[in-house]
Formats: sequence, structure tokens, C-alpha cells
Amino acid sequence: MNEGRKEIIQIAFVVVGIIFLIKLFFIQVVDRKYEGMANSNAILTVVDFPDRGLIYDRNGKLIVYNDPEFDLLIVKKEIKTLDSAAFCDVFSLTRDQLHQKFKELRAKKEYSPVKPTVFLDKLSNHDFARIQDRIDEFPGFYIEARSTRAYTTKAMANALGYVSEISKSRLDKDEENFYRQRDYIGQSGIEAYYEKYLRGQRGVSYRLRDVDGIVKGKFDEGNLDVPSVPGQDLVSTVDIDLQNYGEFLLKGKSGSIIAIEPSSGEILAMVSGPSYDPTMLTGKNYSENFVLISNDTNKPLFNRPLMAQYRPGSIFKIAQAMVALQEGVIRPETRIYCDRTIIGCHGNHSNEDLRGAITNSCNPYFWTVLRRMLNQGKSDNPFDDTRIGLAEWNKHIESFGFGKSLGIDLPNEKGGLVPSPAYYDKAYGGRPWKFSNIYSIAIGEGENLVVPLQMANFAATVANKGYYITPHLVKSVGTSGKPLPAYQEKHYTTIAPENFAIAADAMEEVVRSGTGQYRASLKDIIVCGKTGSVQNDARTVRDPKPDHSVFIAYAPKENPKIAVSVYVEFSGQGARAAASIASLMIEKYLYGGTKRPHIEEYVLRGKFLD
Amino acid sequence: MRQEYNITQKIDWVTVGLYLAIVFLGWLNIYAVTYDADTDQSIFNLGLNSGRQLLFIVTSLMIISAILIIDRQFYETFAYIIYGAILFLLFLVPIIGKEVGGNKAWLGIGSFGVQPSEFAKFATTLVVAKVIGSIGFKMDNLRNQILLFALIGAPMMLILLQKDTGTALVFTIFVVVFFREGMSPFLILVGIGGAIIFVLTLLVENQYYLYAGIVVILIIAILIGRKKFKRIALLTLGAIAIAGVIISVDYIVTDVLKPHQQDRVKALINPDADPLGFGWNVTQSKIAIGSGGFFGKGFLKGTQTKFDFVPEQSTDFIFCTIGEEHGWIGSLFVISLFIALLLRILFLAERQKNKFARVYGYSVACILFFHFAVNIGMTIGLFPVIGIPLPFFSYGGSSQWGFTILLFIFLKLDAHRMQVLQRL
Repeated sequence: MNEGRKEIIQIAFVVVGIIFLIKLFFIQVVDRKYEGMANSNAILTVVDFPDRGLIYDRNGKLIVYNDPEFDLLIVKKEIKTLDSAAFCDVFSLTRDQLHQKFKELRAKKEYSPVKPTVFLDKLSNHDFARIQDRIDEFPGFYIEARSTRAYTTKAMANALGYVSEISKSRLDKDEENFYRQRDYIGQSGIEAYYEKYLRGQRGVSYRLRDVDGIVKGKFDEGNLDVPSVPGQDLVSTVDIDLQNYGEFLLKGKSGSIIAIEPSSGEILAMVSGPSYDPTMLTGKNYSENFVLISNDTNKPLFNRPLMAQYRPGSIFKIAQAMVALQEGVIRPETRIYCDRTIIGCHGNHSNEDLRGAITNSCNPYFWTVLRRMLNQGKSDNPFDDTRIGLAEWNKHIESFGFGKSLGIDLPNEKGGLVPSPAYYDKAYGGRPWKFSNIYSIAIGEGENLVVPLQMANFAATVANKGYYITPHLVKSVGTSGKPLPAYQEKHYTTIAPENFAIAADAMEEVVRSGTGQYRASLKDIIVCGKTGSVQNDARTVRDPKPDHSVFIAYAPKENPKIAVSVYVEFSGQGARAAASIASLMIEKYLYGGTKRPHIEEYVLRGKFLD
Repeated sequence: MRQEYNITQKIDWVTVGLYLAIVFLGWLNIYAVTYDADTDQSIFNLGLNSGRQLLFIVTSLMIISAILIIDRQFYETFAYIIYGAILFLLFLVPIIGKEVGGNKAWLGIGSFGVQPSEFAKFATTLVVAKVIGSIGFKMDNLRNQILLFALIGAPMMLILLQKDTGTALVFTIFVVVFFREGMSPFLILVGIGGAIIFVLTLLVENQYYLYAGIVVILIIAILIGRKKFKRIALLTLGAIAIAGVIISVDYIVTDVLKPHQQDRVKALINPDADPLGFGWNVTQSKIAIGSGGFFGKGFLKGTQTKFDFVPEQSTDFIFCTIGEEHGWIGSLFVISLFIALLLRILFLAERQKNKFARVYGYSVACILFFHFAVNIGMTIGLFPVIGIPLPFFSYGGSSQWGFTILLFIFLKLDAHRMQVLQRL
């Protein structure tokens, strides 16, 4: 047994050795091509940086593109003598700066005397024109081209986000091994969310150089070169004209404007105020400007539409009404006495039905409505009864997209808060609670928190009579593609369409004859809306800060084209600042401009509290 | 008491000589890699890899003395305990180990770290030899086969958990030892066939061509032979099985392998696929070796293999330095040294009087061969980049010690081979 097997193994060993020697003979003796490359600077590796994808608006207008940018690389070992006077002249440096640059170079972690290292970075196209002709005077220095972001407008900075060189910590987390040091990566906004599509694929080319370092041509006839693949373009859902108009209206104010096309969930405009000029976070001055912007006490990097959590205020009454109708605790004609002993109210009314209660934003009405909802008598114990009612209420409210992040295609979206029984258990530390402890949520105050995006989405949901498509900013990956699958799906609420119809009628009434009539109603079109004046934590006895002015709306009532939410911080009643801005946005989108210059002036003047 | 026994007379000095020659050449080449004419540091400088490698070599010599002094019975008697202890250490590595260069393969005590995986090789060799060498062992017994595969599978799995695929693959070479000891060659043939299908799957972009090829071959096979139902059924089943392998290879490559492993496999097929990554390493490595020509550039005169142009220059890609500085002649010399060492070990293994020592010897030869073949094969572009060291040659304490222990336990066993006879 096993005869001959030891010979097989011996022969296999020897054969492998012989194969190696034959292959080596071919590489080392027969093929002469490697010999010419036998010194360390024979091959110059040139990274071919990909262009990031461009971003267009919904009408095909270019918003974000790329500008060329250049880095000056150094291979220290190749520098025999450096004419520092000429060098300073060409690169507009002082002698001290040059010394400083060399000092910085040696301090760099990746510094190696034989490998190209960045010496001066982010030279502009303008610098390049000057340098290009004279670079050959300085052997050991190389120009590397790549591109940086450029913008056709100053608008939309927070939604677009910015791009910068990848950080060390992010590089360490790069499981795919895609990035290299100095690569650009989207840091926020669309740039971060769609990074995978925008970034493209870097390429490389190898050049052969002679003894003096002059490039003589491609290495191996370019067979090893790999061209870069540009990133995919994106088509945004945003109408850049509407966006610009929104930024114009919100100038000098804190707050946000969001406009959504209800039928598709496409965001037509998303304004965060105060904002910044996106061009500041590109090119040479990135670091300097970033410090400036992030230290700004107005927080221009804080993307209010998705990150600022406010109490929903009176707008929430629309949602309360629908939930109560759905639960069957009221009917549209239910009248409730405006008893102002428990909870305050405003305006001149006493015993309204549902529509009247919404039009007049009657607080006692909704106090009673919530009590009926939470205490439906499903348990004899008032504590348990409230618990059952609240769980039911929470389920309905969350179905509108409140209480959790909607899942917009931007990072850092906040979810707000819809209190649940578990939430109050925790808040009360296990002590019992019932309706009388938590009634503030009836009018959108108390523990409720929403972000402006959720309110705009709510307006869109009412416009759609029962469903929403998650709001999103990109309608096509590639120029003729589709949005991501998550943004093609309808989310239905737990509320029946007929109850939405009642809400819609009430919102129409708000604008026709209620709180919104002076500044939100438009001549040829039915606008449905709701005002809100939201208490905020900044208010103290000593410093009675005004409420936030809030308005949601959609129009036209039939076949709605646009849903809007507007928050203007510390500007008092919703009927003033917010309602004006919202109606102007609707006009701009539907008609291309306003026919009510006095309203525009009113907004721009910004004296909402007088 | 046993009779007086002079180990220095009985040890196989040919093997020792080959070992010392390879270790010494390795040391010189590690120095060449780090040598910079501008600074002209000494080969003994402990700040350089060469200085540290000398420490590893000196400690290896101490380990050798210990191995030769310890009673030869020790290794066979304690095989399971040694194996169990190493498995335990391997098990600990993912939990308390530290990460070096993307692989979590090190157990550290302060700044000092060892890779238990390097010691798993000799420990596994001991148990495999012990099992096959036990009285009444029959290779064609299915239970024995399962036991053997479990014994090599356990360390493989634990090392795979450390993401050290290269070292894990080393254990597959035990199949050759099993073959020598009587296992059916079927397994090896299946392995080679599988490898061919694997490479074809990666080479051919559109898999439908492969399926079409299989169908064509199947039809031809059916037509040329006798048209008996059983034969046709068997051929069809075989074709379906091969198609299944193709599907699973595709699945493994795209869904199971980590991105960096995919890159390595793809770099084998198409070195240009990741020009800045592994494909470029192989290209750089070939440039370095190729530029050496017939006679090489001379010791310390290399330019391509310095300054980390090729990463892992003093460990996995150490052979480049030989190729560049000593040319084809140098390559011939080093490869000849390795082949001589391997054949010598096979020769020693065949002259063993007991099965334990023979199986052990074969395992040593096969493990060294695997490292030799894969390591040099990858530097010259014949194998994918699998990061395993060139035995006795590459920089590194754990591997130097691991291979030294592996080899010298065998030399100890060999020195006592006549004693076994006397006892019988």
C-alpha cells in the first residue's frame, strides 16, 4: 500500500521549485522591461481623482458642480538645490512661510523623503495658471489636480451639506477600504447621505521618468492605468427658485420653511435660517471658515427643519380632531362650551362645533376632546383608563409620522416626541398619573415635540387625505433614474379619509374666516391652513420672550400641489410672520411671484410684534 | 536511567546546516530592506528590523537547546495537552488580543506580542502524528478521517476568526500527509478540481458561458460513450454538482469574503483591478525582482525594495530583495536551499522507525513547503497575495520561533530513531 506516494510528493516539491525558477528566469532575464524602472523615482504614480456627481434642481438647473483645484506635492529626496527666492516668487510665499512649510512637512506623520507628500494644498485655478509654466524649474515638486465643490447659488447650504477631506477616525472605520488619506467625503446633508453615489471611483496612472525626473511617457504603455470614474449626478426635488425665494424671505430671521409636493413627498424647498454661504466651506479657507461658522452663536450649521424640536402648538388641534373623530368620541357637530377656568383661550366665541373650534383655535374645546379620548371608560380605574386611552392616542398620532424620524434622505434628523404611557411612567418615576396631569398635550403644548419637517409632512398628509410619502430631497440618482425605494412607498395613517375631509374643511375655514384670513388667503385659490403660536422654554418671567410663529398650509384644496410648514422663532402669533411667509411661498410656486407686495414687504420688514 | 546519549553526534547536521544558512540569509536580507545609504546604520541596530531579528535568532538557538535537552518522549506524551493549550490561546486572541495591521492575531504582554497561530502549526502536527501513529490506526476508517479533519479544522476555524486567512489555509496541507499515510487521493483531486473551477468562475465574467461550456461537455461526454441510462444520469448529476460549485463560489466571493479578501482574489485574476492596492503590490514586487537581472544589483544596492515601496517588505515580500539584489542566480540559490531542506526532511521522515516520527516529519516538510510555495508564488505573481511568511527567512519573532520549534522537534525525534528500535 501507498507505494509510489512518497515519490509523488518529492516530485511535486521539485516541480514547484523548477516552475518558480522558470518564471523567475522570464521576469529577470528574458523580459527586459523591468530593468529600466530600477530606480526609486522611475515611476511617478499620479492619482486620478474622480469628479463628484453634480446636483441639479427639479427643473434641470445646475446647483452644485466642481471647480478644479491643485495640490503641490514634494518628493524631498529629488530636490538637489532649491532656488528659494524663485520658489517664493512663483508661489507667493515669504521666506518665513517657506521655512514654516518645510517645518510642517517634516512634522507630518505620512512624511517620507521618497514618496510624494503634500507641500501646498488647495491651490486655485488662478494660482495654477501662474505656476504651470514654471513648475519645471523646481525638480522634486509635482502638481496634482483634483476638484472641489462649487455652487451656483448661496441657497440650501444645510440641505446640500459640505465636502471635506476624510478624517482619521472616519478612515479607520472604512470597512470597504475605499478611501485613502486626503480623499474628499461628504460630511453632511445630501453630500453625506448620497456619498456612495456621488463619490465615483478614483483611478491612477503611472508615468515613466528619466534620471532628471522629467516625465517621458506612460509606464508599460498605460496598461496598468485605470481612469477614474466620475460620481453619479443627482436630480434634487428642490425648485431652486422657490428655495431662493424662501431664503430671501427668511433672511435675518431664525426658523425654517419646508415646502413639499404632497402627491410625491418631494421637497420643493427647505430653508433653514440663519444659514451660511456654501462656498465658504470649500477650497483653501475651509478650515478657517469652518471654525468661524461652527462657533457662530446663531448656529448656521444647525439644520432647523429637521433638528429643531418645538412644541407643535395649536396646529396639533387638527390632528387631535381627526383622532377624536376616528375614535368616535366626538362628531363634527359636537358643541363644547368654551370654559376658560381650566385652560385659557382667545377670541370671542363661546359654544363652537368642531369646525368653529378649529377656526377659533379654542383651547377648552380640545381639552374636553382629549379628556373624552383618554378617558373612554374602558376601565373603572381612572389611572388605568387614561393609560389605555393614551396608548390608543399615541398609536394614532404616531401614524402621522410624529414621534420618530421620518427618514428623510439627510443625516441627523430628529424625531420629536409623542408621549406614551411608558414615557409618563418614567417621567413620574412610577407615581400614578391621569388626565389631569397631562392635559397640556391637548393643545400641542406639554411634552409633545415635533420638528418642522414633520409638520410639513402632516400638512401633506391632510392634503393627500390619509397618507404620506416620506419627504425626500433627491428625485433621481443619475439624471434619468428614480428616487431610492424608501421614497416611493405610501404610508397610510390610522385615520379614515372622511375624517381627513372634515379636517380639510376646517383648515379651509381657518384661512377663509379664521385666524389666517388676513395674510394667508389668496384670491383665486383655496388655501387650507392652521396657525400656531408656540410657547418655548426661552420664556421666563423676567424675559417674556414672544412665542414662535407657526403656520402649516396646503393649496389648492382640490388636487393640492404644495404643502408648507413655516416656523419663525420668537415672532409671536402664527397669523403674522409664518402665515405671511407660507402664503408667499404658495403664490411663488403656483404663480411664479406674488400679487401682494405689501405682504412681502411686511415679511421683509420683520416687525411682527408691533 | 537511559544510556548516555550524545545529541551532537546523532543530530542530522545536514538539516541543521541548511537551516542555519537560510536563517543567516534571511537576516542579511532583512538588513538590506531597511538599509539606507544616507544613514548607514549597523545591522545590529535594535531600532532596525535586522537587529530585532538577530534577537529572535539568538532566542531561537536557545529554544533549540531546550528542545534537544527535553526527553523525546515528552512531545508524543504531551501532544494533546500542548494542542489544547494552544487552542485555548487561539480562543483568547479574538477576546483579549490586540490588532496589528488589520489582523487581530496577537496576544500581548506589554509591548511584547506573540501570534499563537504561529505555534498552532507544530501543536497540530504533534496531535496529527500521535493519532496516525497510534496502535491499530487505519486511515480508511471514516471515524479516523473525521477525527483528523476535526483536529486540523479546530485551529483553522479559530485562526479564521482572527481574520488571518493565510495562516488558516496552511492547515489544508495536512491533506497531503494523510495522502502519504494512505488516504484516498480522491480528496486531493476534488480539491484541485475545485480550485480550477474556482479560478474559472472568477476569470469568466459572464457565468452563462461557464454553464454553456458545462452543457457542451456533458453532451459530448454522453455522445462519445455508451448510452446507458446509469452513465448518463451520473454525468448529468456531476454537471449539476459543478454548476452548484460555480454558484457557491460566486456567492462566497461576493457575499462571504470581506472586501479586502475579495480584492486579493481579484488581484490574482486581474492585477490591474485595484491599482493602488494589492495588484500594485504584485506589480511592484515583480518590478523589484525583474530589475535584478541575472546577477542582481549587489548586496544593499537594491532600490525598489526599500522605503516600503512594497508593503510588508521584510515579512511577506522578503523574496523581492533576493530577486533584486542577487538576481536569478540568487533566486536559484535560495530556492535550491529550500528544496534541499524539504527533500532532506522527506528523506529523514522516510527513515523513521516509528509512525509518529514519520508522520511528524512529513507534516514538517508539507507545512514548510506550503509556506515556501505560496510565499514565493505570490511575490512573482503565480498565487494570490496571501500574507504568510517565508519560513526562517521573513522578519518576525513568532514565525521564527514557531518554525524552529516545528523543525527541531523533528530533528530531536530523528536523532533518537535507533533508540526506538532498541526498545521494541
